[in-house]
Amino acid sequence: MQSKDAIPVLELKGVSKSFGAVVALRNADLTLHAGSIHAVVGENGAGKSTLVKIMAGLYQRDTGTFEMDGHPVSFRTTAEAKAAGVAVIYQEPTLFPDLSVTENVFMGRQPTGRFGRIDKAAMRAEVVELMTRLGVRIDPDRITQGLSIADQQIIEIAKAISLDARVLIMDEPTAALSGVEVDRLFAVARSLRDEGRALMFISHRFDEVFALCDTVTVMRDGTYIDTVPTAETNVPAMVRMMVGRDVNELFPKIDVPIGEAVLEVSGLTSPGLFADISFNVRAGEIVALAGLVGAGRSEVARAVFGVDGYTEGHVRLNGVALPKGKPAAAMKAGIGFVPEDRRQQGLVLEAAIATNITDAIRDRLVSNAVITRKAENAAAQEWARALEVKAASLDTQAGTLSGGNQQKVVLAKWLATRPKLLIIDEPTRGIDVGTKSEVHRRMSELAGEGLAILMISSELPEVLGMADRVLVMHEGRLTAELSRAEATPESVMFAATHSPEEVPA
Amino acid sequence: MTGIQATQDRVATVSIGSRLLGLLRRRETSILAAFLIMVIATAAVSPIFVFSPDGWRNLLLNPAIYMVLAIGVAFVIITRSVDLSVGSTMGLTAFGVGSLYIAWPGMPAVVAFLVGTAFGGLLGLLNGGLVAVAKVPGMVITLGTMYVFRGANILWAGSTRINASQMGPDFLAFGNAQILGIPALTILAVVVLVIAAWYLHNIRSGRELYAIGSAPEAAELYGLPVRQRMLMSFVMSGAMAGLAGVMFAARYGTIASNAGTGYELQAIGAAVIGGVAITGGSGTVIGAAFGAILLATINSALPVLGIQSFWQRAVVGALILGAIILDRVLAVRQKRKLIAERMEP
Repeated sequence: MQSKDAIPVLELKGVSKSFGAVVALRNADLTLHAGSIHAVVGENGAGKSTLVKIMAGLYQRDTGTFEMDGHPVSFRTTAEAKAAGVAVIYQEPTLFPDLSVTENVFMGRQPTGRFGRIDKAAMRAEVVELMTRLGVRIDPDRITQGLSIADQQIIEIAKAISLDARVLIMDEPTAALSGVEVDRLFAVARSLRDEGRALMFISHRFDEVFALCDTVTVMRDGTYIDTVPTAETNVPAMVRMMVGRDVNELFPKIDVPIGEAVLEVSGLTSPGLFADISFNVRAGEIVALAGLVGAGRSEVARAVFGVDGYTEGHVRLNGVALPKGKPAAAMKAGIGFVPEDRRQQGLVLEAAIATNITDAIRDRLVSNAVITRKAENAAAQEWARALEVKAASLDTQAGTLSGGNQQKVVLAKWLATRPKLLIIDEPTRGIDVGTKSEVHRRMSELAGEGLAILMISSELPEVLGMADRVLVMHEGRLTAELSRAEATPESVMFAATHSPEEVPA
Repeated sequence: MTGIQATQDRVATVSIGSRLLGLLRRRETSILAAFLIMVIATAAVSPIFVFSPDGWRNLLLNPAIYMVLAIGVAFVIITRSVDLSVGSTMGLTAFGVGSLYIAWPGMPAVVAFLVGTAFGGLLGLLNGGLVAVAKVPGMVITLGTMYVFRGANILWAGSTRINASQMGPDFLAFGNAQILGIPALTILAVVVLVIAAWYLHNIRSGRELYAIGSAPEAAELYGLPVRQRMLMSFVMSGAMAGLAGVMFAARYGTIASNAGTGYELQAIGAAVIGGVAITGGSGTVIGAAFGAILLATINSALPVLGIQSFWQRAVVGALILGAIILDRVLAVRQKRKLIAERMEP
């Protein structure tokens, strides 16, 4: 590591970014030095991606300073960021699947000879040299379609090196890699550091942060928390910084008697997504499915509801096995599913509230093969009132409602089917704080009425405040089942970032 | 898909044998085979189809206009868009050139070609501009301009026709000229083809068209000038349609307001048959041109074989479906093969 007084390659100070009323990044500082690998950690939604996108030229900052080598810069396009020597490697590599490896490395800046003709020989020679230097074997002439994520990342890195990027930002590069591939990536990262480049590494895995990085910056809720050398910190201290907030706030959880198991899932497996998932949800109980984004939580929920299939395992509702891959059967049996993306998957935005609420009970409203507006309104009225949907009338377009009210409409739609089990994916994402607690109160009341609720949430306070039991997933497997008493920010976070073998049962 | 990089890669150290195999696998080869079978079968029934001055001339001349159209359309399809207005652009340009001859009887043939191509390019610029500004898919925009251009043509022409006697003699002579037994218009189409193929293979902006069609979001992240390239591809498509319009006028000498109707679908069909994937990012103009040659030959061979025109359309349709299914099967097989290779250490 270089001395602290050396001019940093890249320095952000007091950078903020808002989207409308939502503050995505608040007062962030970041200093990247040559010959150093800098980790940025934080929960989902902590503002890491926004930070990356500002450096990549995809977003423009609202406030603060941005300097490279001590000179102020401001990137308006990705091309400008690239020209200044900032290269970003995204979690999902962005390559051109129909083009060759060589073309992917050089697209947009191919070496040219006479008449602007691309010098293919020079291009290929350089790629061969780059691959040798990175110590990997990838055929430069093959198309990139079908390459593993790890190989695609290597191509992205080769691209960055051939650009002579001085700052390399890797956004969760290891999320989809196997152990061997991670080792290879780390070896490449270390050799780039030793060449004097500045690297920034975003990861959820603490072991990787400590193994690879010399400095770590922690972020939380869009706010910069602290930057410390990894040698002077440890996992518990980092977890505390990541989640360190009062989690006992505003969760009106009512204690209710817990009944019989409503949903029983055993040995559910879908190769590549999740494996050997077994759990149950009982009447009156709220069970949270916690974990990091990409851990496979939504995939499990979709499989339970029958949107996606699975290869092994069973799903039983009140003791009756559900057929796989049949959402209609799941609905009929009494499962309601509130998806994460309510605007895309939960609502018909152009349709009236009444139509949306009655969407899932259409066939019950049919009389003489027609659905009258009157029958629709009558059915909708009941649920809109019960959930206190705030709108001018039931004819109001769903798309014009606030996020919280939209969520209530989706809830009303499923409650109208009188379900026995409600699966809710990210119940309060994108909902303002005031309405959040209202949604939580509704969920609590519903559980009190004997409904079994399976809640997927990435927000720790919500998980800890609402759930009777917490199931934690890590990379497609259940790593912990914690009672309300056992669930703490540290225990959930630990289980979410470690494999089953490392989590004591 | 393999067509792009399999061609004349000087640095690739591949044996002659595997090169030959690669050549055999290419779409162009199978189209050429289909073309030869078609010609031989037709000639067996009616030798004058090939072995007469007129038969020979038509065999070479008929594909020329379709080739030029298919080359232009291929530029747009490679970027994952489509241009439905080329038939109307072609008709409007043909009528425009005819009208220009009425106004200026002494116009040299070269000027007619240049003005027609430029006019077509201008209509293409309009298409591209609308696509880029309105951010509406090219299919919708060009469906609109297809009718607008045709409507303008009908409004302008009414029921009048432009006849050969109203156009320049050197212009019409060029339309029917032969050099060393090859029609001049065919030579023109081949020259255009060679330039377009060279450009798409060797020039940055040409390669960027493939990149944009292959992964539009990635193209944005790479910082490629996506809008400019899209605009350029539509200008190219329009210019080629304009050139085709001038060729149409020079060859037939009679232009009514319905000239070029239905050509757009023939051109798109030719490109697709020739292996230009409708999903963008792959295929070559050479393939598109070969597709056009095959289509044009089928159009003229089936009547000789005594097959009703109803069936001709069915054959063309079957070819397009066959090409798309073949593309899909090949793509799935290749993907599976690539993944299987990856699984083996």
